[in-house]
Amino acid sequence: MRISHSIALLSGVFGFALAAPAAHAADPIKIGVIAETSAISGVGIPNGAKMAAEEINKAGGINGRMIEIVDYDDHNSASDAVRAFQRAAQQDKVAAVIASYISEVVLALEPWAGRLKMPMITPGAASNEITKRVHDDYDHMKYVFHGYLASTQIADVVCEASKTLMVNDLHMKTAVVMSEDAAWTIPLDEEYLKCLPAGGLKVVDHIRLSPDTTDFTPIFNKVEGEKPDVIVTGISHVGVQPTVQWQQQQVPMPMYGVSSQATNSTFWKDTNGAADGVIFNMVSAPDVAVTPKTIPFAKTYQAKYGNLPGYAAYTSYDDVYMWAEAIRKAGSTDPDKIVEAMEKTDHVGTIGRIAFLPKGDTFAHGMRIGEGYITGLMVQWQKGNPVTVWPANVATGKMIFPAFTKLPQ
Amino acid sequence: MLALQILIDGFAISSLYALGATGFTLIFGVSGVLNLSHGAIMVVAAVIAWWVAGTFGAGPYLGALAGVAASLACAFFTYRVIVRPIQNSPSIPREEKEIFVLTGTLLWGIMLQEAVAYLFTNNPKTVRPLVEGVVMILGVRTPLNEILTAVLSWAAIGLLYLLVNRTRTGKSLLAASMNPRGLTLLGFELSRIYVLVWAIYGVLAGIAGVLLGAFLGVSSDNAGTLTASAFSIVVLGGLGSVSGSLMAAYVVGYLETMTAYLISPSIRTVPVLLLLVAVVYVRPQGLLGRR
Repeated sequence: MRISHSIALLSGVFGFALAAPAAHAADPIKIGVIAETSAISGVGIPNGAKMAAEEINKAGGINGRMIEIVDYDDHNSASDAVRAFQRAAQQDKVAAVIASYISEVVLALEPWAGRLKMPMITPGAASNEITKRVHDDYDHMKYVFHGYLASTQIADVVCEASKTLMVNDLHMKTAVVMSEDAAWTIPLDEEYLKCLPAGGLKVVDHIRLSPDTTDFTPIFNKVEGEKPDVIVTGISHVGVQPTVQWQQQQVPMPMYGVSSQATNSTFWKDTNGAADGVIFNMVSAPDVAVTPKTIPFAKTYQAKYGNLPGYAAYTSYDDVYMWAEAIRKAGSTDPDKIVEAMEKTDHVGTIGRIAFLPKGDTFAHGMRIGEGYITGLMVQWQKGNPVTVWPANVATGKMIFPAFTKLPQ
Repeated sequence: MLALQILIDGFAISSLYALGATGFTLIFGVSGVLNLSHGAIMVVAAVIAWWVAGTFGAGPYLGALAGVAASLACAFFTYRVIVRPIQNSPSIPREEKEIFVLTGTLLWGIMLQEAVAYLFTNNPKTVRPLVEGVVMILGVRTPLNEILTAVLSWAAIGLLYLLVNRTRTGKSLLAASMNPRGLTLLGFELSRIYVLVWAIYGVLAGIAGVLLGAFLGVSSDNAGTLTASAFSIVVLGGLGSVSGSLMAAYVVGYLETMTAYLISPSIRTVPVLLLLVAVVYVRPQGLLGRR
C-alpha cells in the first residue's frame, strides 16, 4: 500500500518534472496586430484577431502551441506603425503580422516586411499599390498579402451592383463621383470613371475632396447644381460629417458607393440616424450568411464587444485563421515557409472563400474575386439597421430612401 | 444664386467662428493667457452633448446643457489646475511664465483630446440639432439648424456685449484688460475677475462647441485645427480685441466659403493662411489691435 503510494507520488513528481520542459517547448506562437485602436474600424482589427485566437486555442492551438495576439496601437500614424512593426519583428519575435486598414500606413510598412522578412497581411487597406509592389518585386515583397479588396476590385463591385440597383431598378442615367483625396481612391476613381459609364451611368463630374474637410455644404451645393441622379462615393477618412450634412441639407440624390465609416454599427448613432438611405459596399454583413461562418461571427462579436463588427474585424478574424493554417502547414515559423504555405490558402472565412492570386498576376497576393470566391455586397442603412440589397440571391430587403430623395421618374 | 448661397453659408460659419474666437480673445485681453486647450474644450463640449443627448436619450436640450456644463468645468479646471499654479509659482521666472502657460495649456489640450479619443473613439460625432428641417431663402434651401447656429452665436455675443458694457462686473472686466494695477488700487480683487472671465469663457466655448457639433460634427482629431483657427482669427483681428476678432471671423469665414465655392473645397483654408502671413508682415498688430 505504502509502496504504491510512494510510486504514485514519485511518478507524479517525475511526471511533473518531465512535463515542465515540454510546456516550454510549446511556447505560444505570437501574431502581431497593428491598428489604430481609438477608431471604431481600427479597434475591430485586434478584437477580431483575439476572437479567432481564442477559438483556435480552445481547439488545441497550432500543433499544441497556443496563439498569442500582441497588439500595438499605431494612432493612425505611419511612423508609429513602422516602430511597432520593428518591435514586433525584432523584440517580440512574432511569426506574422496583421496590419492596419489605412493604405498609407500599409504602404509604409510594406518595405519593412520585405527587409525584416516578416509575413504581413492587411485586413482593410485598399490601395492597388500594395499588390502591385508584390508583383513588381516578388523576391523582396513576397511577405506581403492583401486581405481586402484592392480599390479597382471595389470599384468593379460597386459598378456591377449599380447596373442592377441604379440603372435597372431606379432608371438612373447620370452620376457625380465624390471621393476623398487619398492613396486608395486614386485607382478607385480611375476605375469608377471607366466602369460606371460602361454600366449605363454617365459621370457628369468628378470631385476629389480633402480628407480634412468639415464643411461639405459647398460640395453638395455644387453637386446639386449639376443635377446627377446619384452621388457615387469613395470615402473612408470622412463619413459621419458628409452624411449628416447631406441629410440636414436634404440633398435630393442618394449617396451610393464606398463609405467605410458606414460599415460600423455605431454609424447610425454617430450620425443621429442621418445615415438612413445611404448605400455602401461591404464584403460581409451581419444579416447575410455569406458563408456559414459569417452570422455566428457577427453574433459572438456583438455579444463580446457590445457592437457589430466593422468591415476590418471580419477580415482580421479570417486572417488569424489563415496564418494559423499556414504555420501549421509550414511546420515552423520560418517566414519563407509560411509565405509558401499562405500562397496555397483555400480558406472559407467570414467574407467568402479566400484564395490568393499567384505572383504573375497584377494583383499578386491579392484575393481572388468573383463567383465562388469573394463577391462583395451592397448594404443600405434602413431605420437603424444595415440591410443587404445586393446581390439578389442574398439580399435581405429592398432599397428604401428618405423622403427628401428625388428619384428619376 | 451662387452669390446668395455664399452669403448664407458664409454667414453661418462666420458667426460660429466669431463665437469660438470671442472667448479665446477675451481671456487673452483680460488675463494675458493664450489658452491652447481651446479646441479640445470645444470638442469636449460637443462630445458630451452628443453622449448625453444620444446614448442617455436625454434629448437635444439637456444634451446641449450638459455640453456647456462640461465646457465650464473644463475651463475652471484649466484655470485652477494649469494656469494659476504656473502664474503663482515662485520658481518660474516672471518673463518665462507666458511660455509656461502656453506649453501647459497645449499639453492639457492634448490630454483632453486623447481622453476623448480613448473614451469615445476619434470617430466624428454629430450632436442632434435643436431644430430639424429646411427653409427656402430666396430659392436657397437652408437647413433651419444653420440659421439657428447663426442666431444663437449672435445672441451669445450680444449678451456678452451687454454684460461688458452695461454691468458693473462687466466694466471691471474691461478695466482689467486695460490697467490691472489700477484696478487693484481701487480695491478690486483681480483673482475674482479672472475666475469670472474663465467662467464666461467656459460658457462661450461650450456653446460654440455644441453648435459646431450640431452644424458640422466634431471628432477629437479636430481639437488642434479648432485652436489654430481661433488663434488665426484672433491674430488677424488684433490680439485681445473682441470687435477685431468678430470682424476677422467674418473675413475668415467668407474667404473660406468663397474659396470652397469658387475655386475648390480642397484648398479651402489656404487663402486665409496666406492672408494671415500678409497681415503679420504688414500690420502685425492685426486689424483692430492696440499697440
